Amino acid sequence: MTIIPAIKKDYITKLAEQGKRVDGRTFDQYRTIDIETKVVNKAEGSARIKIGNTQVLVGIKMDLGEPFPDTPDCGVLSTAAEFVPLASPDFESGPPRENAIELARVVDRGVRESEVVDIKKLVITPGEKVWIVFIDIHILDYDGNLFDAASLGALAALMTTKVPILRFLQSGTLEKKDLETWYNNTSIKDIIDLYSIPGLDEFIASKNKEAPTDIKDIPLPMIEPPISCTAIKINDYVMFDASLDEELIADARLTVATDHKGDIRAMQKGLSGSFSREEIQKVIKGALDNGQEIRKQLYAKIGK
Amino acid sequence: MMKSDIKLINSEGKRLDGRGPEDLRKIKIESGVLHRADGSCYLEWGGNKVLVAVYGPREAVPRHCQNPLRAIVQARYNMAAFSVEDRKRPGPDRRSVEISKVISEALERVILTEQFPRATVDVNIEVLDAEAGTRCAGLTAAGVALVDAGIPMRDIPVACAAGKINGQVVLDLGKEEDNFGEADLPVAISPRTGEVLLLQMDGHLTMDEFNKAFDLAVKGCHIVSDIQKKAIMHKYQAVVAAEVQE
Repeated sequence: MTIIPAIKKDYITKLAEQGKRVDGRTFDQYRTIDIETKVVNKAEGSARIKIGNTQVLVGIKMDLGEPFPDTPDCGVLSTAAEFVPLASPDFESGPPRENAIELARVVDRGVRESEVVDIKKLVITPGEKVWIVFIDIHILDYDGNLFDAASLGALAALMTTKVPILRFLQSGTLEKKDLETWYNNTSIKDIIDLYSIPGLDEFIASKNKEAPTDIKDIPLPMIEPPISCTAIKINDYVMFDASLDEELIADARLTVATDHKGDIRAMQKGLSGSFSREEIQKVIKGALDNGQEIRKQLYAKIGK
Repeated sequence: MMKSDIKLINSEGKRLDGRGPEDLRKIKIESGVLHRADGSCYLEWGGNKVLVAVYGPREAVPRHCQNPLRAIVQARYNMAAFSVEDRKRPGPDRRSVEISKVISEALERVILTEQFPRATVDVNIEVLDAEAGTRCAGLTAAGVALVDAGIPMRDIPVACAAGKINGQVVLDLGKEEDNFGEADLPVAISPRTGEVLLLQMDGHLTMDEFNKAFDLAVKGCHIVSDIQKKAIMHKYQAVVAAEVQE
């Protein structure tokens, strides 16, 4: 711990004894969350998340490529985080350090293990050609709680992602026969029917080689996402959505992802402190309540 | 596709996006958008979206890069992986290293570096969405962010490009014009004195065309400069108004 957080620690813990926080929030309360989607035109999907002063931008790009040899019938997900020096006086340029890698892996796990993106439906020819989904997380302003901001950003960006079928057809990377094999795979038919792509049926049935320009890109196949909420512990006080000052002096951190049914989908503890059983339950309860609120806000924004 | 196949400008002088030869794309500038940075700026220029954060003056590390007589200026131009059509691999490539260098040198000319020996002024330029002309957008945004950071400067640097499409000199190339046009000429100036801070060109221009394109780019710079100043005024008028109310 450097000098300034050590000085601030006194102040923060004294306030915590009175049940208060520096910015006037209660222990369970999040800062104002702002979700903005479709912010980057060149990306297949994108979202900017603000939690208080923390700001994260997530962009989704898609490409065609080979699946991993051990999962020939699954599309590929790839998550990377950049802690660009724009976001904090302490971030330096260069290859990702351990904190950037941890963040990317936690977000990746949240998306992958919850199966929120149905990667089985992203297979064109098993073992040969699948869609690759790149999730790139850009930290723009760092004021604590990157875990929640980045996870929420990844979800919002994925939910607004359009599979760029037309662009790949036009560039020739995706051929008509690919579309046929993909389409004949029943599961993708479900999505295509669901979102009904005008012109695609006719195109596949026809003898035309040239792609018609009125084919619409389809959304990514997705299910209800779990929402991650992170709490930290300072002395014996557990508080949600830590600001940077709080985060720097935290003893322990716990992230809990809960789904729309109220089940727990993922957890990750961090830092060197410990939690008691009661504290963990308190965090789960808080994660559920806050998760519901955030989910409502996310749906309102995505229009679902 | 052959260059000549594409009609970038029609007989009435209308370009693909409906602009006339001397029209700029739409520009929006907002200063002071980031919390942690000492100064920041968000800029939209046509389809470009650029965010700049300035840190400093602060001690330059490692020490061997310090200059005992003046501050060093370290601009870092970086493109987001999702800012372009085909995903760009994160991290610096040769193109962004070069752009970082020419922007650093352009900014160094206007910053009063002699006031801050051994220090560094770090200018981080993040291109979030790219559509031709990102270096001009980045440098223009950097000018505003430096003002927002309170860095003493001789002038607010500004950049704009001109180019040649279908044999005609035009201002501020768009995406197709950059890809299929004949020349591109990005220029940065100090608008008060007219000093040229950055000048690059690729393509093919005759002497006359160069003069015309250069004058046009400088004219564009002055228009953008007004937008920069308005953005700064807008931010600080609001701050002053809030203080008066208190």
